[in-house]
Amino acid sequence: MKTSIRIHSLLMAGLAFLAMSCDQGNRAGNGALSSNIAEKVYIAPGERDEQYGFLSGGYSGNLTVYGLPSGRMFKEIPVFSQFPTSGYGYSEETKPMLNTSFGFVPWDDLHHPDISQTKGELDGRWIFANGNNTPRIARISLTTFETEEIIEVPNSAGNHSSSFITENTEYVVAGTRFSVPVPQRDMPISEYKSNFKGALTFIAVDPEHGHFNIKFQLIMPGFNYDLSHPGRDKSHGWFFFSTYNTEEANTLLEVNASQNDKDFIAAINWKKIEAYVNNGGGKKVPARYAHNVYDESTHTATSTIKEEVLTVDPSDVPGAIYFLPTPKSPHGCDVDPSGQYIIGSGKLSADITVHSFDKMLAAIDAKKFDGEAYGIPILNYDDILAGTVQSGGLGPLHTEFDGRGNAYTTFFISSEVVKWKLGTWEVIDRQPTFYSVGHLMIPGGNSRKPHGKYLVAMNKITKDRYLPTGPEMEHSAQIYDISGEKMQLLYDFPTHGEPHYAAGCDAELIVNNSKKIYRLDENKHPYAITSPAQAKVERKGNEVHIYMSTIRSHFTPDNIEGIKVGDKVYFHITNHEQDFDVPHGFSIIGQGTSEILIMPGQTKTSLWEPKRVGVWPFYCTDFCSALHQEMQGYVRVSPANANIELSWSLDE
Amino acid sequence: MKSIPFKLILIVLALSLVYACTNRRDGSTQSEDPQATSHPKGQASVEDDVSAKNILQVAMSSEAHSTLVAAVAAAQIEHVLVNAGPLTVFAPINEAFDALPEGTVENLLKPENKAQLATILTRHAAPGSFDIDALKREATKGRKIYMATGDYLEVVIEGDKIFVGGAEILSTIPTSNGVIQVVNKVILP
Repeated sequence: MKTSIRIHSLLMAGLAFLAMSCDQGNRAGNGALSSNIAEKVYIAPGERDEQYGFLSGGYSGNLTVYGLPSGRMFKEIPVFSQFPTSGYGYSEETKPMLNTSFGFVPWDDLHHPDISQTKGELDGRWIFANGNNTPRIARISLTTFETEEIIEVPNSAGNHSSSFITENTEYVVAGTRFSVPVPQRDMPISEYKSNFKGALTFIAVDPEHGHFNIKFQLIMPGFNYDLSHPGRDKSHGWFFFSTYNTEEANTLLEVNASQNDKDFIAAINWKKIEAYVNNGGGKKVPARYAHNVYDESTHTATSTIKEEVLTVDPSDVPGAIYFLPTPKSPHGCDVDPSGQYIIGSGKLSADITVHSFDKMLAAIDAKKFDGEAYGIPILNYDDILAGTVQSGGLGPLHTEFDGRGNAYTTFFISSEVVKWKLGTWEVIDRQPTFYSVGHLMIPGGNSRKPHGKYLVAMNKITKDRYLPTGPEMEHSAQIYDISGEKMQLLYDFPTHGEPHYAAGCDAELIVNNSKKIYRLDENKHPYAITSPAQAKVERKGNEVHIYMSTIRSHFTPDNIEGIKVGDKVYFHITNHEQDFDVPHGFSIIGQGTSEILIMPGQTKTSLWEPKRVGVWPFYCTDFCSALHQEMQGYVRVSPANANIELSWSLDE
Repeated sequence: MKSIPFKLILIVLALSLVYACTNRRDGSTQSEDPQATSHPKGQASVEDDVSAKNILQVAMSSEAHSTLVAAVAAAQIEHVLVNAGPLTVFAPINEAFDALPEGTVENLLKPENKAQLATILTRHAAPGSFDIDALKREATKGRKIYMATGDYLEVVIEGDKIFVGGAEILSTIPTSNGVIQVVNKVILP
């Protein structure tokens, strides 16, 4: 009897536990066994994700596209780096995209993607990204997922407080991290103080086509400008930049730039400066920078070198710029969806500083200043403070919002995400990250209207999270469900390169605009052919132009003779497919560049400089069809002094 | 001894709880195969109104090919006709099927004859894109067309007419994944 009672109670307890875990499965803490966490990120075969995530690739120079919540990577979009997978930066049409005033620079360090907005809400038209190293800003189409435009930023160095956009995508803003001599000149480094300048660049975005034009550069004191954020809603018209090294040190910054108790957030009334410039203000100065534009109809980029830029001296526009004292070398500078709170994350601090936009305006009106720096008024810290978040964490870096009155801040040193409440500054939840988190991203989380269901934390250190792959690991990211009161860690996935920041949005904003094919009858490439009957080969001196077409599963022509050693042979290939997801590739033996991948309806050009006599094959690099292995051809290369006539054919 | 049925009840209750809990996760039952529900016809289910039409889409929009389309559906080979190919389909018009001995089509459309029907239809498909010029080259070079079933069909030019495996080419329709050559006969072994 005793035994059976024990069994009864055991079973009852088990039953109670089962019923409980069933009810609370959604909110259960650690361990997928006790909950349905796995199903929250499980996207069944053939089903699609709810949201897009665009993660910066950092030193890969590229942008990667992920699905959320699955963490599946869909694409790597080449932006600042040559990319053999598609031939970007290798094909004749795309080489100009990587031109700069320093010549061809085939790499950069891509940091902060930001999606275009209308009225402060994501509109899904373009995504912008900054190249840190050789300062550049790129615009990527979210229709074609191709980089369409890159503009170099003169007078800048370490283009880090970029590429953030204003509420209606009026401007994409690029601030320099390193101050430099403006204009550049030969001078002693030790004379940095008061001689070096920090340029903050406002690049106007044409509302119809997105084309860039540098409207003005604000030539600021020689601090380091770290991150920036536009005002939102009530603070629209202002832009906020975090600074460090207000000490203006030029050596051992890890010590010398940490001397001041407070650095600044620079508050800039860009509408005021825009009005000043529109009324003829500012000074045009010589500068050299490249402006590269890709034309979808010709499938070709052109690069133009510009010679002049309009600069604005802050002292010429009184009342447009103020400094907000912010403790301990602030990194993140973030504005909440209402535009009222400006959040400075002093990366050497334990607390998060929140400034009030209303208090800032009141202090400006009352002219209550605490001195000035280089003629720019400094506001009183206590006058503008909305509150501080006593987080208990260490090393706050970056904050985003869920649109429900909550903020989420990453802490690098204590490896965690802290959720806190706007207005009361109370900490609601904290979750560890693995490890040393940099930025986080909530889709739309830096806009007026966050799509606040998931949070992605992007870490700097991976260590033991995945199977080891030698000394270097891809960086880890963690996705959290933030729909409830407490954050719930759902999934952990590797990223590509170094994800410094990301942007994301609901899938429906993009899905229906995504391009499937380029229409052949709209192809305006000068070397395009719209029918295989137009295929031909032309010689101009030692340049040979091959007008070639592809369709499953052959090249037209596929036998070419009359090429000579020393020729420059341009294969201009038009893909005659008009079928979604059916590119053809091209490569030829001994080629000094990469293959090219030609989208349906597109024309691309590959240069080949044959160095040896012989008969050399070329082939399609994309497994296009059942007869892909048959998709090949031959080029006969004769000695430089040969008299072989040019000829070409297919199945003759 | 009463304790045994009570235990049983508890166990049954526990099991049913586990079951209910499992089933409640996303409102669907576990027996559903997601692959089967999301793409029952494979690639043929892909929605795409931008690309040029593929062989299946062209055939489905052609009234003259309603028998062929019904046969393709009965044989469940839709996904073959939307595949990357490239394919050339020699597509018999309805009259070609009508000309078969009475009852042939009805018989082939029966579920139990699915495999036989698939073989007959596959015999009308050739890997590769054969437009009219390509067919003429086949004839003048004395090449035969290799069909998906492994048969080789002869191409014959008679005056301004072209015949493949004895069927006359009536017209040619380019598609996104190959070519449809409309023919006046069902090509039987």
